[in-house]
Amino acid sequence: MMAASRPMIEVCGVSKFYGTFQALDDISFTVSDGEKVVIIGPSGSGKSTILRSINCLETIDRGRITVDGMDVSNPKTDICKVREEVGMVFQSFNLFPHKTVLENLTLAQSVVRKRSKKDAEEIAMELLHKVNIVEKAASYPAKLSGGQQQRVAIARSLAMNPKAILFDEPTSALDPEMIGEVLDVMKTLATEGMTMVVVTHEMGFAREVSDRVIFMDHGRIVEEGTPEHFFTAPTHERAKLFLSQIL
Amino acid sequence: MLDNQSTHTPIDVGDGAAIPHKNDAGLFTAWRIAFFGSIVLCLFLAFGRPDQYMAIFKFVPDGILITFKVTLGAIVLAIMFGLIAGLGRISSNRIINGTASLYVEVIRGIPLLVQLFYIYYALGRFVKIPDMLSAIIAMAFCYGAYMAEIFRAGIQSIPKGQMEAALSLGMSRQQAMRQVILPQAFKVVLPPIGNEFIALLKDSSLVSILAVSDLLRRGREYASETFNYFETYTVIALIYLIMTLFFSKLISLMEERLNDGR
Repeated sequence: MMAASRPMIEVCGVSKFYGTFQALDDISFTVSDGEKVVIIGPSGSGKSTILRSINCLETIDRGRITVDGMDVSNPKTDICKVREEVGMVFQSFNLFPHKTVLENLTLAQSVVRKRSKKDAEEIAMELLHKVNIVEKAASYPAKLSGGQQQRVAIARSLAMNPKAILFDEPTSALDPEMIGEVLDVMKTLATEGMTMVVVTHEMGFAREVSDRVIFMDHGRIVEEGTPEHFFTAPTHERAKLFLSQIL
Repeated sequence: MLDNQSTHTPIDVGDGAAIPHKNDAGLFTAWRIAFFGSIVLCLFLAFGRPDQYMAIFKFVPDGILITFKVTLGAIVLAIMFGLIAGLGRISSNRIINGTASLYVEVIRGIPLLVQLFYIYYALGRFVKIPDMLSAIIAMAFCYGAYMAEIFRAGIQSIPKGQMEAALSLGMSRQQAMRQVILPQAFKVVLPPIGNEFIALLKDSSLVSILAVSDLLRRGREYASETFNYFETYTVIALIYLIMTLFFSKLISLMEERLNDGR
C-alpha cells in the first residue's frame, strides 16, 4: 500500500436499475494504483454488476466511474480505450474456442495494439511461461482443463499490458483441485504490484492478498476495511452473519 | 438440439434430398439407390433409346450451365444480403434493425414466383441489365431474407461471453464481430446454408419463366419443337435429381469434416 499513490479507479455514487429493481444503490469507492481490492457478498448483491460497470459491460443509470482519469460514464469517452487499459477475467473463462492458446493471446495484441506478429508472439510466450502453460500454446481451449483455461485467460488479459485487472469470480467455475493454481497466478500478479479488483468467494485469498475488503449486500456497500478488520471484527450485523455462514 | 431427442424421433422437415447418415452404412442407402439409379437410367435412355433421347441429352446441357450460373451467382449474393440483413436484425440501432426486419418479413410473406416476376419487371423499368443478371438479383433478394434468419440465429447461438471477452480486450464491436463471433457462427450456419443452396438450385428452375435459358427452359424449348413432352421432362427431372443428390452429398461430407475438426 503506497501512501500517496494516485487513484486508478474511482466509483462515485453509482446506481443502476433493472426495471424497478435497484441493482446498485449509491456505490462509491476508490482503488489506488497498485491496490488490491476484494469485493465479497452474497449472490445478487451487485458485486459482479459494479465490476462489469467499471469497463462498461454494464451501463449505469446514475453516478460516475473514472478509470485512470478517463470518464467511463461519459458517452463521449472512447470506451475501447478504457477497456484496453483494464483487463477482465471472467468466471466462465471465455477463451476464443476457434483460436489456439497462442492465438487467444495474440489476437487483441495485433488487432487493438497493432503489434507485429513476432512481437505479439514473443509477449504471448513469455506470459504463457509466467502462467506455467507454455506446452499448451498450440492447443485449442477445448483440450484444456478449467484451471488451465483460466490461467490462459489471465495471460490473455495481461498481454494487453493493462493498468488494472478485474476478476469476476475467477475460481467459481473450477473444480476444487484447480482453484489453487489460478489463485497462485493471481497472487504472483498481486506481489508484482498489479492493480486488482477481485470479486470472489475465496476468503483465504481475500485475507492473504487484499489491501481492502468491500462487503456488499442488496446493491449497497455495507462494510469496507482492511482484511484484518473485516475478518476479525466486522462492525455490521449483516457482515457478521455472512462471515459466520461461510467461514 | 432438443434434449428429448433420444426419446422422440425427430421429424426431418429439411428441404433437399435425404442425406445418408453415417450409421446407415449398408451398401444400399437411399442416396446411393437414387444417385446411381438415376445415372444408370440416364445412360440406359441415352444409349438404349438413342433415337428418342440422345437428341435431348445433346440439347439441354447449355441449360445446365445457365442453371449453375444462376444458382452460384444467387447464393453468393444471397449470402451477402443475408449477412447484412442478419447483422441488421441484431443491431441495436432501431432504424437499421427496423429496415432489416421489414425486409425479412415482407420477402418471406410473398411467394417466390411472384417476387421473381415483380423484381424482374421492376428492375427492368428503371435499369437496362441482362436478363440473367436480373434473375440472379431477384433470386438472391428472396433468398437473402431466409439467409438473414440463418445468420441471425447463428450469431445469436454464440455465447454472450465471447463478445464480452473481446470487448474487454479493447476490441470494437466490429472487430469483435469479425474476429471472434463470425468465425464461430460460420461453423453453425454452414449446414443450413448448404440446405439453402440445394433449395435454391431447385428453385432456380423458376427463372425459366423469365427468358433465361436454364435447364428447364431448354427442356421446354425442345419439347415444344418436338412434342416429346414426356421424354424431355423425364430427362430434365433426372438431371435435377443427379445435381441435387451430388451437392447434398458434398455438403454432408463437408459437415462431417467440420465436426471432426472440433
